[in-house]
Amino acid sequence: MAERKLRVATTSLAGCFGCHMSLLDIDLRLFELADLVEFDRSPLTDIKHCGPCDVGLIEGGVCNAENVHVLREFRKNCRILVAVGACAITGGVPAMRNNLDLWDCFREVYQYEPGTAGRIVPNDPELPLPFDKVRPIYEVVRIDHFLPGCPPPADAFWELITDLAAGRVPKLRPELIRYD
Amino acid sequence: MTIPSETAAHPETLRRVVIDPVSRVEGHGKVTLLLDADNRIQQARLHIVEFRGFEKFVQGRPYWEVPVLVQRLCGICPVSHHLAASKAMDMIVGATELTPTADKMRRLLHYGQILQSHALHFFYLSSPDLLFGFDAEVARRNVVAVAAAYPELAKQGVLLRKYGQEVIRVTSGKRVHGSCAVPGGVNKHLTADERDYLLADIDQTVDWSRAAVALIKKMYSERKDFHNGFGYFQSAYLGLIRADGALDFYHGGLRARNAHGEILFDHVDYATYWDHIFEVTKPWSYMKFPYLRALGPEEGWYRVGPLARINNCDFMTTPLADAARIAFREFDHGSATHANLAYHWTRMIEMLHAAEGIRDLLRDHDLLKNDLVVTGERALRGVGVIEAPRGTLIHHYRINEDEQIVRANLIVSTTHNNEAMNEAVRQVALQYLDGAEVTEPLLNHIEVAIRAYDPCLSCATHALGQMPLEVELIDAAGHQVDVLRRDADGTVSHGPATDG
Repeated sequence: MAERKLRVATTSLAGCFGCHMSLLDIDLRLFELADLVEFDRSPLTDIKHCGPCDVGLIEGGVCNAENVHVLREFRKNCRILVAVGACAITGGVPAMRNNLDLWDCFREVYQYEPGTAGRIVPNDPELPLPFDKVRPIYEVVRIDHFLPGCPPPADAFWELITDLAAGRVPKLRPELIRYD
Repeated sequence: MTIPSETAAHPETLRRVVIDPVSRVEGHGKVTLLLDADNRIQQARLHIVEFRGFEKFVQGRPYWEVPVLVQRLCGICPVSHHLAASKAMDMIVGATELTPTADKMRRLLHYGQILQSHALHFFYLSSPDLLFGFDAEVARRNVVAVAAAYPELAKQGVLLRKYGQEVIRVTSGKRVHGSCAVPGGVNKHLTADERDYLLADIDQTVDWSRAAVALIKKMYSERKDFHNGFGYFQSAYLGLIRADGALDFYHGGLRARNAHGEILFDHVDYATYWDHIFEVTKPWSYMKFPYLRALGPEEGWYRVGPLARINNCDFMTTPLADAARIAFREFDHGSATHANLAYHWTRMIEMLHAAEGIRDLLRDHDLLKNDLVVTGERALRGVGVIEAPRGTLIHHYRINEDEQIVRANLIVSTTHNNEAMNEAVRQVALQYLDGAEVTEPLLNHIEVAIRAYDPCLSCATHALGQMPLEVELIDAAGHQVDVLRRDADGTVSHGPATDG
């Protein structure tokens, strides 16, 4: 009798999608992965909200109110939550705006020069509230594991997932722990 | 600018339906529909919901850091930003002509990027719609289900992407966020072992790419009218073109065609892009809406990317891809040349072109030579433009005497397609949802239209771009009193703009 598959959800918050690309860099092991894992909400599926899961992989930091909602949805539903990549763990490149005034950033992009009348900064209620600082996800919810790297190597994803599927506490080999 | 179904007169009275997040695309987007009591579509919008501010926080950084920093705009096409920024930095270090080794190493890297990105989009993201149908159940609409139902096809897709990623790894050190280009050249050449490693699988890669073109052509032809008519509209097209009219992903001048295929401008020096591309901002999306100045804000929006490039070029330099291009253009008397879903077909033609291009380059001995970097007279401004997988990508920087960035302007491919994607959303909404009971499969039709463009919403989120803006001051009698013009590099001037 086949054992129950590990149910995995993934999302990208304030990130670049590179961690998801590195996950796909397991190449043909995708077929083996399909034997171990079934995907819940993920940019690779059309499931829009996270249901009860074993593992949640979070790429990217928190830059707006919507990121907080998504992160809490994942924490509530995922037994094990993993911060994946530099942005989730530290805020990463998007957090380079943290020493700047957010409004200055908006003006740089949308208003640029005084006198260009009628320039608007997008403000529709459909747009989530942006935060003044980009934060690592552990500041918002409890995190069980951290997978470092920009991005973490494909083999690191593979070891993490196969360890969790086998019921082991994941422990990365030193060469897979990256701080690029 | 008034566009039917873009803005409802009384949104407060309408029912809101939302697709959030848009899935199987890269990055963060959502669609909102406003419907009246009879389910008539009153408003349909694609929103880009995040903001990063890259243009601001890159200021003060040393110029040579930028090609590595800007890769983090996007993990799917980091190479594109790496190369566009490096081309801009070439201008800043005065490298007017790279060494043959540097030019070819960069082109090899770029072909690898086109190959992996197009394979990713077709096999991992879009193939469930094309193979299972737009209204297949949610649980099947993913790559894992494709792997189960079509294992051989899925294997080819995985290995095609892998090959492109391996080209990137061999040239730049890492599959994602590697480093190959530096201002004025590249930091490595290929070794004979590396070349032989890549040569081992290239013929298979070309064959599978050819099979992918045949597959999409077959799928498209089988439901020709449906595919042609899906959210149909016509538009202008923009892209880089080589001096002889060939499609060139890495370098060229700007060419635009109107919806009738007539050339609006040709071989324009891309360092003057702001004479031709203007912008509109709308309050409901962080992504801007560019338009061709020659056609004005109402009519001037345009498309970029695979369909635009195939429609724009006179020929392709590799034989299999060029034959596929001609077959596409002549298909059913040219009826597919404006179709949204023809993006999938043209994307596979480009993937074949990239595979053939890699094969040709790997036979070139220049890749093994050690002449890597040139420099010249320093400049304070640099513009780099390439054709990224998703379309024309513009990077523009100014530096100060201390070699720090003082201005950055990045116009990413997906931004060019903003109005086109919104038009596709509106057209599909009117075609399939207007007056109907909203169901999940019908909503997926809207996502299918967005997916055709392979939008990189992460890029679009990170970099929003500055295009020139003109404000006209008109007196009560309707006469123009003054024109205030802000250029892409930030200069503000008065008076009517010069014709460009």
